Amino acid sequence: MTILSPTSIDEAVAALADPAIQVLAGGTDFMVEVNAGHRRPDKVLSLRHIPELRTWEQLPARDDPAHVRLGATVTYTDMLQPDLAQLLPALAHAARTVGSPQIRNAGTIGGNLATASPAGDTLPVLAALEAVVEVASPLGVRDIPVATFITGPKRTALSPGELIVAVRLPLLDGHQEFRKIGVRNAMVIAVASLALAVDTRTRTVRCALGSVGPGPIRATEAEEWLAGTIDWDRPAATTEAPDLAYFGRLVAGAAQPIDDHRGTAAYRRHAIGVLAERAAAQAFGAGSAA
Amino acid sequence: MTDPYSLTVNGTDHQVVDAWLGESLLYVLRERLGLPGSKAGCEQGECGSCSVIVDGSLECACLILAAAAVGCDITTVEGLQPGRGDFTTVQEAFIAEGAVQCGFCTPGLVVALTDLLARVPHPSDLEVREAISGNLCRCTGYGRILAAAQAAAKAASDE
Ligand SMILES: Cc1cc2nc3c(=O)[nH]c(=O)nc-3n(C[C@H](O)[C@H](O)[C@H](O)COP(=O)(O)OP(=O)(O)OC[C@H]3O[C@@H](n4cnc5c(N)ncnc54)[C@H](O)[C@@H]3O)c2cc1C
Repeated sequence: MTILSPTSIDEAVAALADPAIQVLAGGTDFMVEVNAGHRRPDKVLSLRHIPELRTWEQLPARDDPAHVRLGATVTYTDMLQPDLAQLLPALAHAARTVGSPQIRNAGTIGGNLATASPAGDTLPVLAALEAVVEVASPLGVRDIPVATFITGPKRTALSPGELIVAVRLPLLDGHQEFRKIGVRNAMVIAVASLALAVDTRTRTVRCALGSVGPGPIRATEAEEWLAGTIDWDRPAATTEAPDLAYFGRLVAGAAQPIDDHRGTAAYRRHAIGVLAERAAAQAFGAGSAA
Repeated sequence: MTDPYSLTVNGTDHQVVDAWLGESLLYVLRERLGLPGSKAGCEQGECGSCSVIVDGSLECACLILAAAAVGCDITTVEGLQPGRGDFTTVQEAFIAEGAVQCGFCTPGLVVALTDLLARVPHPSDLEVREAISGNLCRCTGYGRILAAAQAAAKAASDE
Protein backbone atom coordinates (compact mmCIF):
# COMPACT_ATOMS: atom_id res chain seq x y z
CA MET A 1 0.00 0.00 0.00
CA THR A 2 1.47 3.28 -1.06
CA ILE A 3 0.70 6.91 -1.38
CA LEU A 4 2.32 9.23 -3.87
CA SER A 5 2.31 12.96 -3.20
CA PRO A 6 3.98 14.47 -6.27
CA THR A 7 4.70 18.18 -6.48
CA SER A 8 4.23 18.59 -10.25
CA ILE A 9 1.53 17.73 -12.78
CA ASP A 10 4.01 15.80 -14.91
CA GLU A 11 4.91 13.50 -12.02
CA ALA A 12 1.22 12.99 -11.22
CA VAL A 13 0.41 12.08 -14.81
CA ALA A 14 3.35 9.65 -14.96
CA ALA A 15 2.06 7.95 -11.78
CA LEU A 16 -1.25 7.26 -13.52
CA ALA A 17 0.47 4.62 -15.64
CA ASP A 18 -0.40 2.35 -12.70
CA PRO A 19 -4.05 1.38 -13.30
CA ALA A 20 -4.68 0.65 -9.60
CA ILE A 21 -3.87 4.14 -8.36
CA GLN A 22 -6.75 6.24 -6.99
CA VAL A 23 -6.70 10.03 -7.34
CA LEU A 24 -7.31 12.03 -4.16
CA ALA A 25 -7.97 15.78 -4.23
CA GLY A 26 -9.81 17.46 -1.32
CA GLY A 27 -11.12 14.13 -0.05
CA THR A 28 -14.63 15.40 0.65
CA ASP A 29 -16.21 12.68 -1.51
CA PHE A 30 -13.34 10.19 -1.44
CA MET A 31 -13.01 9.98 2.36
CA VAL A 32 -16.75 9.74 2.95
CA GLU A 33 -16.61 6.53 0.90
CA VAL A 34 -13.51 5.26 2.72
CA ASN A 35 -14.95 6.00 6.18
CA ALA A 36 -18.17 4.20 5.26
CA GLY A 37 -16.23 1.17 4.03
CA HIS A 38 -17.30 1.64 0.41
CA ARG A 39 -13.83 2.34 -0.90
CA ARG A 40 -10.57 0.59 0.05
CA PRO A 41 -7.59 2.51 -1.26
CA ASP A 42 -4.44 0.46 -1.82
CA LYS A 43 -2.60 3.03 -3.91
CA VAL A 44 -3.34 6.73 -3.70
CA LEU A 45 -2.16 9.66 -5.79
CA SER A 46 -2.64 12.79 -3.67
CA LEU A 47 -2.91 16.11 -5.51
CA ARG A 48 -2.56 18.19 -2.34
CA HIS A 49 1.06 19.19 -2.87
CA ILE A 50 0.89 20.25 -6.53
CA PRO A 51 0.78 24.07 -6.39
CA GLU A 52 0.36 24.50 -10.18
CA LEU A 53 -2.92 22.53 -10.06
CA ARG A 54 -4.36 25.06 -7.61
CA THR A 55 -3.81 28.17 -9.73
CA TRP A 56 -6.01 30.01 -12.21
CA GLU A 57 -5.33 32.44 -15.01
CA GLN A 58 -7.31 34.83 -17.14
CA LEU A 59 -6.56 34.50 -20.86
CA PRO A 60 -7.38 37.28 -23.32
CA ALA A 61 -9.17 36.61 -26.61
CA ARG A 62 -6.70 35.32 -29.17
CA ASP A 63 -7.33 32.02 -30.98
CA ASP A 64 -9.97 31.26 -28.34
CA PRO A 65 -12.42 33.80 -26.92
CA ALA A 66 -11.40 35.33 -23.59
CA HIS A 67 -11.60 32.75 -20.85
CA VAL A 68 -10.47 31.70 -17.40
CA ARG A 69 -8.48 28.52 -16.90
CA LEU A 70 -8.99 27.00 -13.47
CA GLY A 71 -6.64 24.32 -12.19
CA ALA A 72 -8.35 21.12 -11.06
CA THR A 73 -7.66 21.62 -7.34
CA VAL A 74 -8.99 25.15 -7.13
CA THR A 75 -11.28 25.00 -4.09
CA TYR A 76 -14.69 26.53 -3.49
CA THR A 77 -13.06 29.01 -1.12
CA ASP A 78 -10.69 30.01 -3.94
CA MET A 79 -13.70 30.57 -6.25
CA LEU A 80 -15.07 33.02 -3.68
CA GLN A 81 -12.01 35.27 -3.69
CA PRO A 82 -13.05 38.62 -5.22
CA ASP A 83 -10.64 38.54 -8.20
CA LEU A 84 -12.02 35.27 -9.44
CA ALA A 85 -15.62 35.78 -8.28
CA GLN A 86 -15.99 38.94 -10.34
CA LEU A 87 -14.91 37.10 -13.50
CA LEU A 88 -17.14 34.07 -12.90
CA PRO A 89 -20.05 35.28 -10.76
CA ALA A 90 -22.31 32.26 -11.29
CA LEU A 91 -19.51 29.91 -10.26
CA ALA A 92 -18.90 31.99 -7.13
CA HIS A 93 -22.64 31.90 -6.29
CA ALA A 94 -22.57 28.12 -6.63
CA ALA A 95 -19.40 27.80 -4.55
CA ARG A 96 -20.96 29.88 -1.78
CA THR A 97 -23.79 27.35 -1.44
CA VAL A 98 -21.55 24.29 -1.13
CA GLY A 99 -21.46 22.52 2.23
CA SER A 100 -19.82 24.54 4.98
CA PRO A 101 -16.57 26.50 5.38
CA GLN A 102 -14.76 23.22 6.11
CA ILE A 103 -16.06 21.62 2.90
CA ARG A 104 -15.45 24.75 0.81
CA ASN A 105 -11.85 24.92 2.04
CA ALA A 106 -11.16 21.34 0.96
CA GLY A 107 -13.49 20.48 -1.93
CA THR A 108 -12.26 21.15 -5.47
CA ILE A 109 -13.75 21.76 -8.88
CA GLY A 110 -11.98 18.70 -10.32
CA GLY A 111 -13.48 16.53 -7.59
CA ASN A 112 -16.97 17.88 -8.25
CA LEU A 113 -16.59 17.04 -11.95
CA ALA A 114 -15.11 13.59 -11.37
CA THR A 115 -17.81 12.69 -8.83
CA ALA A 116 -20.45 13.85 -11.34
CA SER A 117 -23.26 13.77 -8.81
CA PRO A 118 -26.56 14.91 -10.35
CA ALA A 119 -26.59 17.43 -7.48
CA GLY A 120 -23.00 18.68 -8.02
CA ASP A 121 -23.33 22.42 -7.62
CA THR A 122 -20.71 23.58 -10.11
CA LEU A 123 -22.10 21.38 -12.89
CA PRO A 124 -25.05 23.55 -14.02
CA VAL A 125 -22.71 26.55 -14.11
CA LEU A 126 -20.12 24.66 -16.16
CA ALA A 127 -22.87 23.41 -18.49
CA ALA A 128 -24.39 26.87 -18.95
CA LEU A 129 -20.98 28.38 -19.70
CA GLU A 130 -20.08 25.47 -22.00
CA ALA A 131 -16.86 24.87 -20.09
CA VAL A 132 -14.18 22.56 -21.43
CA VAL A 133 -12.45 19.98 -19.24
CA GLU A 134 -8.73 19.45 -19.86
CA VAL A 135 -7.67 15.90 -19.18
CA ALA A 136 -4.19 14.35 -19.19
CA SER A 137 -2.91 10.79 -19.09
CA PRO A 138 0.42 9.13 -19.81
CA LEU A 139 -0.88 8.83 -23.39
CA GLY A 140 -1.43 12.56 -23.88
CA VAL A 141 -3.92 15.34 -23.29
CA ARG A 142 -7.43 15.95 -24.58
CA ASP A 143 -10.24 18.48 -24.21
CA ILE A 144 -13.73 17.29 -23.31
CA PRO A 145 -16.71 19.68 -23.40
CA VAL A 146 -18.69 19.45 -20.16
CA ALA A 147 -21.79 18.42 -22.11
CA THR A 148 -20.06 15.17 -23.10
CA PHE A 149 -17.89 14.86 -19.97
CA ILE A 150 -20.88 14.00 -17.77
CA THR A 151 -22.35 10.81 -19.22
CA GLY A 152 -24.84 9.98 -16.45
CA PRO A 153 -25.38 10.03 -12.69
CA LYS A 154 -21.88 9.62 -11.19
CA ARG A 155 -20.55 8.67 -14.62
CA THR A 156 -18.03 10.57 -16.71
CA ALA A 157 -16.09 10.26 -19.94
CA LEU A 158 -12.84 9.96 -17.93
CA SER A 159 -10.89 6.85 -18.88
CA PRO A 160 -8.88 4.96 -16.27
CA GLY A 161 -5.53 6.69 -15.88
CA GLU A 162 -6.85 10.12 -16.82
CA LEU A 163 -6.43 13.17 -14.61
CA ILE A 164 -8.52 16.32 -14.79
CA VAL A 165 -5.91 19.05 -15.07
CA ALA A 166 -8.00 22.18 -15.64
CA VAL A 167 -11.36 23.59 -16.64
CA ARG A 168 -11.72 26.43 -19.13
CA LEU A 169 -14.66 28.79 -18.80
CA PRO A 170 -15.46 31.61 -21.23
CA LEU A 171 -15.71 35.17 -19.95
CA LEU A 172 -19.12 36.58 -20.83
CA ASP A 173 -20.50 40.11 -20.60
CA GLY A 174 -23.87 40.02 -18.87
CA HIS A 175 -25.71 38.99 -15.77
CA GLN A 176 -24.97 35.57 -14.24
CA GLU A 177 -26.45 33.73 -11.36
CA PHE A 178 -26.90 30.42 -9.62
CA ARG A 179 -29.89 29.38 -7.54
CA LYS A 180 -30.37 26.31 -5.38
CA ILE A 181 -33.19 24.87 -3.32
CA GLY A 182 -32.63 22.63 -0.32
CA VAL A 183 -33.84 22.27 3.23
CA ARG A 184 -31.45 24.81 4.69
CA ASN A 185 -29.00 27.40 3.44
CA ALA A 186 -25.86 25.61 4.59
CA MET A 187 -24.70 22.03 4.26
CA VAL A 188 -27.37 21.03 1.83
CA ILE A 189 -27.46 18.89 -1.27
CA ALA A 190 -29.53 20.60 -3.96
CA VAL A 191 -33.10 19.42 -4.56
CA ALA A 192 -33.10 21.65 -7.63
CA SER A 193 -30.53 24.13 -8.91
CA LEU A 194 -30.16 26.45 -11.86
CA ALA A 195 -27.49 28.54 -13.54
CA LEU A 196 -28.34 31.45 -15.82
CA ALA A 197 -25.78 33.37 -17.86
CA VAL A 198 -26.54 36.24 -20.21
CA ASP A 199 -24.16 36.92 -23.10
CA THR A 200 -24.83 40.45 -24.32
CA ARG A 201 -22.27 40.19 -27.14
CA THR A 202 -23.97 37.29 -28.89
CA ARG A 203 -27.39 38.28 -27.47
CA THR A 204 -27.95 34.81 -26.10
CA VAL A 205 -29.05 33.40 -22.78
CA ARG A 206 -27.70 30.16 -21.33
CA CYS A 207 -29.62 28.24 -18.71
CA ALA A 208 -28.68 24.88 -17.19
CA LEU A 209 -30.46 22.85 -14.54
CA GLY A 210 -29.07 20.63 -11.78
CA SER A 211 -30.56 17.91 -9.59
CA VAL A 212 -33.51 17.48 -11.94
CA GLY A 213 -31.97 14.90 -14.25
CA PRO A 214 -29.13 12.40 -14.57
CA GLY A 215 -26.71 15.29 -15.17
CA PRO A 216 -26.92 19.00 -15.89
CA ILE A 217 -29.58 19.80 -18.51
CA ARG A 218 -29.54 22.76 -20.89
CA ALA A 219 -33.00 24.31 -21.24
CA THR A 220 -32.37 25.29 -24.87
CA GLU A 221 -35.97 26.01 -25.89
CA ALA A 222 -36.39 28.29 -22.87
CA GLU A 223 -33.05 29.99 -23.60
CA GLU A 224 -34.01 30.74 -27.20
CA TRP A 225 -37.43 32.00 -26.26
CA LEU A 226 -36.05 34.38 -23.64
CA ALA A 227 -33.27 35.65 -25.91
CA GLY A 228 -35.84 36.33 -28.61
CA THR A 229 -38.19 38.20 -26.27
CA ILE A 230 -36.02 40.65 -24.43
CA ASP A 231 -35.03 44.07 -25.69
CA TRP A 232 -31.28 43.70 -26.19
CA ASP A 233 -30.75 47.40 -26.80
CA ARG A 234 -32.09 48.20 -23.37
CA PRO A 235 -31.95 44.90 -21.42
CA ALA A 236 -31.97 46.59 -18.02
CA ALA A 237 -34.67 49.07 -18.95
CA THR A 238 -37.12 46.56 -20.40
CA THR A 239 -40.34 48.18 -19.31
CA GLU A 240 -42.76 45.54 -20.48
CA ALA A 241 -40.82 42.67 -18.89
CA PRO A 242 -41.08 39.50 -20.96
CA ASP A 243 -43.46 36.90 -19.62
CA LEU A 244 -41.04 35.37 -17.17
CA ALA A 245 -43.65 32.89 -15.94
CA TYR A 246 -43.66 31.42 -19.43
CA PHE A 247 -39.88 31.11 -19.26
CA GLY A 248 -40.33 29.24 -15.97
CA ARG A 249 -42.78 26.85 -17.62
CA LEU A 250 -40.42 26.16 -20.50
CA VAL A 251 -37.59 25.45 -18.05
CA ALA A 252 -39.81 23.16 -15.98
CA GLY A 253 -40.67 21.35 -19.19
CA ALA A 254 -37.01 20.68 -19.88
CA ALA A 255 -36.42 19.03 -16.48
CA GLN A 256 -36.26 15.24 -16.16
CA PRO A 257 -36.70 14.88 -12.39
CA ILE A 258 -37.14 11.72 -10.37
CA ASP A 259 -38.65 10.98 -6.94
CA ASP A 260 -36.09 10.33 -4.22
CA HIS A 261 -35.63 10.82 -0.50
CA ARG A 262 -34.92 14.52 -1.00
CA GLY A 263 -38.01 15.38 -3.00
CA THR A 264 -40.61 14.26 -5.47
CA ALA A 265 -40.33 14.70 -9.20
CA ALA A 266 -43.40 16.94 -9.14
CA TYR A 267 -41.90 19.20 -6.49
CA ARG A 268 -38.61 19.40 -8.35
CA ARG A 269 -40.32 20.34 -11.61
CA HIS A 270 -42.30 23.05 -9.84
CA ALA A 271 -39.25 24.32 -7.96
CA ILE A 272 -37.02 24.54 -11.02
CA GLY A 273 -39.66 26.64 -12.81
CA VAL A 274 -39.79 29.03 -9.84
CA LEU A 275 -35.98 29.28 -9.75
CA ALA A 276 -35.94 30.03 -13.48
CA GLU A 277 -38.54 32.75 -13.18
CA ARG A 278 -36.72 34.38 -10.27
CA ALA A 279 -33.33 34.18 -11.98
CA ALA A 280 -34.71 35.74 -15.15
CA ALA A 281 -36.45 38.46 -13.14
CA GLN A 282 -33.12 39.27 -11.53
CA ALA A 283 -31.46 39.40 -14.94
CA PHE A 284 -34.12 41.16 -17.02
CA GLY A 285 -37.06 42.22 -14.87
CA ALA A 286 -37.80 45.66 -13.53
CA GLY A 287 -34.82 46.91 -11.55
CA SER A 288 -32.54 44.22 -12.91
CA ALA A 289 -28.80 44.53 -13.12
CA ALA A 290 -28.22 43.31 -16.70
CA MET B 1 0.27 -1.49 6.07
CA THR B 2 1.79 1.72 4.76
CA ASP B 3 5.38 2.75 5.20
CA PRO B 4 5.89 4.81 8.38
CA TYR B 5 5.19 8.49 7.88
CA SER B 6 5.46 11.62 9.94
CA LEU B 7 2.80 14.23 10.75
CA THR B 8 3.42 17.70 12.12
CA VAL B 9 0.74 18.28 14.73
CA ASN B 10 0.73 21.33 17.00
CA GLY B 11 4.32 22.01 16.05
CA THR B 12 5.61 18.54 16.94
CA ASP B 13 6.56 15.75 14.52
CA HIS B 14 4.84 12.44 15.24
CA GLN B 15 5.77 9.11 13.67
CA VAL B 16 2.87 6.99 12.46
CA VAL B 17 3.80 3.34 12.09
CA ASP B 18 1.86 0.21 11.11
CA ALA B 19 -1.09 2.24 9.86
CA TRP B 20 -3.61 1.30 7.17
CA LEU B 21 -3.47 3.60 4.18
CA GLY B 22 -7.18 4.46 4.40
CA GLU B 23 -6.98 5.91 7.93
CA SER B 24 -8.32 9.43 8.30
CA LEU B 25 -6.40 12.13 10.08
CA LEU B 26 -9.14 12.03 12.73
CA TYR B 27 -8.52 8.36 13.41
CA VAL B 28 -4.76 8.81 13.54
CA LEU B 29 -5.00 11.81 15.89
CA ARG B 30 -7.30 10.03 18.29
CA GLU B 31 -6.18 6.41 18.14
CA ARG B 32 -2.48 6.65 17.33
CA LEU B 33 -1.22 10.03 18.55
CA GLY B 34 -3.19 10.29 21.81
CA LEU B 35 -4.96 13.49 20.80
CA PRO B 36 -8.67 12.84 21.47
CA GLY B 37 -9.74 16.50 21.45
CA SER B 38 -11.03 16.24 17.87
CA LYS B 39 -14.31 14.35 18.20
CA ALA B 40 -15.55 11.56 15.94
CA GLY B 41 -19.18 12.43 15.31
CA CYS B 42 -20.44 11.67 11.83
CA GLU B 43 -17.20 10.83 9.98
CA GLN B 44 -18.71 12.31 6.84
CA GLY B 45 -17.94 15.99 7.17
CA GLU B 46 -21.42 16.97 8.32
CA CYS B 47 -20.95 17.71 12.03
CA GLY B 48 -17.68 19.65 12.25
CA SER B 49 -16.73 18.09 15.61
CA CYS B 50 -13.34 17.09 14.21
CA SER B 51 -12.47 20.53 12.82
CA VAL B 52 -8.72 21.15 12.62
CA ILE B 53 -6.59 23.78 10.93
CA VAL B 54 -4.36 22.47 8.15
CA ASP B 55 -1.89 24.89 6.57
CA GLY B 56 -4.05 27.75 7.81
CA SER B 57 -7.35 26.36 6.53
CA LEU B 58 -10.25 24.99 8.56
CA GLU B 59 -11.06 21.41 7.53
CA CYS B 60 -12.68 18.28 8.88
CA ALA B 61 -10.03 15.81 10.04
CA CYS B 62 -12.33 12.93 9.11
CA LEU B 63 -12.12 13.93 5.43
CA ILE B 64 -8.33 14.14 5.32
CA LEU B 65 -6.39 11.01 4.45
CA ALA B 66 -3.74 11.06 7.19
CA ALA B 67 -0.97 9.81 4.91
CA ALA B 68 -1.71 12.66 2.50
CA ALA B 69 -1.17 15.25 5.26
CA VAL B 70 2.57 14.60 5.48
CA GLY B 71 4.32 17.96 5.19
CA CYS B 72 1.26 19.90 6.36
CA ASP B 73 1.11 22.07 9.45
CA ILE B 74 -1.78 20.63 11.52
CA THR B 75 -3.31 22.40 14.51
CA THR B 76 -5.85 20.60 16.69
CA VAL B 77 -7.88 21.95 19.58
CA GLU B 78 -5.11 20.75 21.91
CA GLY B 79 -2.67 23.01 20.06
CA LEU B 80 -4.70 26.17 20.58
CA GLN B 81 -3.75 26.28 24.26
CA PRO B 82 -0.67 28.38 24.86
CA GLY B 83 0.33 26.15 27.78
CA ARG B 84 -1.24 23.25 29.61
CA GLY B 85 -4.05 24.44 31.84
CA ASP B 86 -4.44 27.76 30.10
CA PHE B 87 -7.58 28.46 28.17
CA THR B 88 -7.71 30.56 25.04
CA THR B 89 -9.90 33.64 24.76
CA VAL B 90 -12.48 31.61 22.84
CA GLN B 91 -12.48 28.84 25.46
CA GLU B 92 -12.80 31.38 28.30
CA ALA B 93 -15.77 32.93 26.48
CA PHE B 94 -17.43 29.52 26.11
CA ILE B 95 -17.15 28.98 29.87
CA ALA B 96 -18.29 32.48 30.79
CA GLU B 97 -21.29 32.40 28.46
CA GLY B 98 -22.35 28.86 29.32
CA ALA B 99 -21.90 27.80 25.72
CA VAL B 100 -21.07 24.21 26.69
CA GLN B 101 -23.82 21.69 27.28
CA CYS B 102 -22.86 18.06 26.64
CA GLY B 103 -19.56 19.36 25.28
CA PHE B 104 -19.19 17.06 22.31
CA CYS B 105 -19.36 19.80 19.68
CA THR B 106 -17.29 22.25 21.74
CA PRO B 107 -13.78 21.43 20.46
CA GLY B 108 -14.88 21.73 16.83
CA LEU B 109 -16.67 25.00 17.51
CA VAL B 110 -13.68 26.38 19.39
CA VAL B 111 -11.42 25.58 16.44
CA ALA B 112 -13.90 27.02 13.91
CA LEU B 113 -14.37 30.23 15.89
CA THR B 114 -10.64 30.59 16.49
CA ASP B 115 -10.19 30.36 12.72
CA LEU B 116 -12.92 32.96 12.14
CA LEU B 117 -11.59 35.46 14.67
CA ALA B 118 -8.08 35.17 13.23
CA ARG B 119 -9.44 36.26 9.84
CA VAL B 120 -12.31 38.53 10.95
CA PRO B 121 -11.61 40.06 14.38
CA HIS B 122 -15.05 41.73 14.64
CA PRO B 123 -17.52 39.43 12.91
CA SER B 124 -21.19 40.29 12.52
CA ASP B 125 -23.72 37.82 13.87
CA LEU B 126 -24.32 36.63 10.31
CA GLU B 127 -20.61 36.06 9.75
CA VAL B 128 -20.48 33.98 12.93
CA ARG B 129 -23.50 31.95 11.83
CA GLU B 130 -21.96 31.26 8.45
CA ALA B 131 -18.59 30.40 10.01
CA ILE B 132 -20.17 27.76 12.25
CA SER B 133 -22.70 26.49 9.70
CA GLY B 134 -20.63 23.32 9.41
CA ASN B 135 -20.63 22.66 13.17
CA LEU B 136 -23.67 20.96 14.63
CA CYS B 137 -24.70 21.25 18.30
CA ARG B 138 -27.23 18.52 18.99
CA CYS B 139 -28.05 20.13 22.34
CA THR B 140 -29.03 23.09 20.11
CA GLY B 141 -27.29 25.58 22.37
CA TYR B 142 -26.59 27.97 19.51
CA GLY B 143 -27.74 31.15 21.28
CA ARG B 144 -25.02 30.91 23.87
CA ILE B 145 -22.46 29.82 21.28
CA LEU B 146 -23.21 32.99 19.29
CA ALA B 147 -22.92 35.02 22.49
CA ALA B 148 -19.58 33.37 23.26
CA ALA B 149 -18.30 34.26 19.78
CA GLN B 150 -19.11 37.94 20.33
CA ALA B 151 -17.69 37.86 23.87
CA ALA B 152 -14.46 36.32 22.56
CA ALA B 153 -14.19 38.97 19.83
CA LYS B 154 -14.69 41.69 22.43
CA ALA B 155 -12.21 40.17 24.88
CA ALA B 156 -9.61 39.84 22.14
CA SER B 157 -9.96 43.48 21.13
CA ASP B 158 -9.82 44.63 24.78
CA GLU B 159 -6.57 42.75 25.35
C1 LIG C 1 -20.57 17.43 4.31
C2 LIG C 1 -20.46 17.55 2.81
C3 LIG C 1 -21.22 18.50 2.14
C4 LIG C 1 -21.15 18.60 0.76
N1 LIG C 1 -21.90 19.55 0.15
C5 LIG C 1 -21.86 19.66 -1.19
C6 LIG C 1 -22.64 20.64 -1.85
O1 LIG C 1 -23.35 21.44 -1.22
N2 LIG C 1 -22.57 20.69 -3.21
C7 LIG C 1 -21.78 19.85 -3.94
O2 LIG C 1 -21.75 19.95 -5.16
N3 LIG C 1 -21.03 18.90 -3.33
C8 LIG C 1 -21.05 18.80 -1.99
N4 LIG C 1 -20.29 17.84 -1.37
C9 LIG C 1 -19.50 16.91 -2.19
C10 LIG C 1 -18.02 17.30 -2.40
O3 LIG C 1 -17.59 18.22 -1.44
C11 LIG C 1 -17.78 17.89 -3.78
O4 LIG C 1 -18.21 17.02 -4.79
C12 LIG C 1 -16.29 18.24 -4.00
O5 LIG C 1 -16.16 19.12 -5.08
C13 LIG C 1 -15.41 17.03 -4.22
O6 LIG C 1 -14.08 17.49 -4.44
P1 LIG C 1 -12.84 16.86 -3.67
O7 LIG C 1 -11.65 17.64 -4.10
O8 LIG C 1 -13.08 16.78 -2.22
O9 LIG C 1 -12.80 15.41 -4.33
P2 LIG C 1 -12.25 14.03 -3.72
O10 LIG C 1 -13.13 13.58 -2.64
O11 LIG C 1 -10.79 14.13 -3.44
O12 LIG C 1 -12.43 13.10 -5.00
C14 LIG C 1 -13.72 12.77 -5.46
C15 LIG C 1 -13.59 11.86 -6.70
O13 LIG C 1 -13.02 12.59 -7.78
C16 LIG C 1 -11.83 11.97 -8.22
N5 LIG C 1 -10.95 13.10 -8.55
C17 LIG C 1 -10.69 14.18 -7.77
N6 LIG C 1 -9.90 15.05 -8.42
C18 LIG C 1 -9.65 14.51 -9.63
C19 LIG C 1 -8.88 14.93 -10.77
N7 LIG C 1 -8.23 16.11 -10.79
N8 LIG C 1 -8.84 14.12 -11.84
C20 LIG C 1 -9.51 12.94 -11.85
N9 LIG C 1 -10.25 12.48 -10.81
C21 LIG C 1 -10.31 13.26 -9.72
C22 LIG C 1 -11.37 11.11 -7.08
O14 LIG C 1 -10.62 10.02 -7.54
C23 LIG C 1 -12.69 10.67 -6.47
O15 LIG C 1 -13.22 9.60 -7.20
C24 LIG C 1 -20.31 17.73 0.03
C25 LIG C 1 -19.54 16.78 0.70
C26 LIG C 1 -19.60 16.70 2.07
C27 LIG C 1 -18.76 15.68 2.79
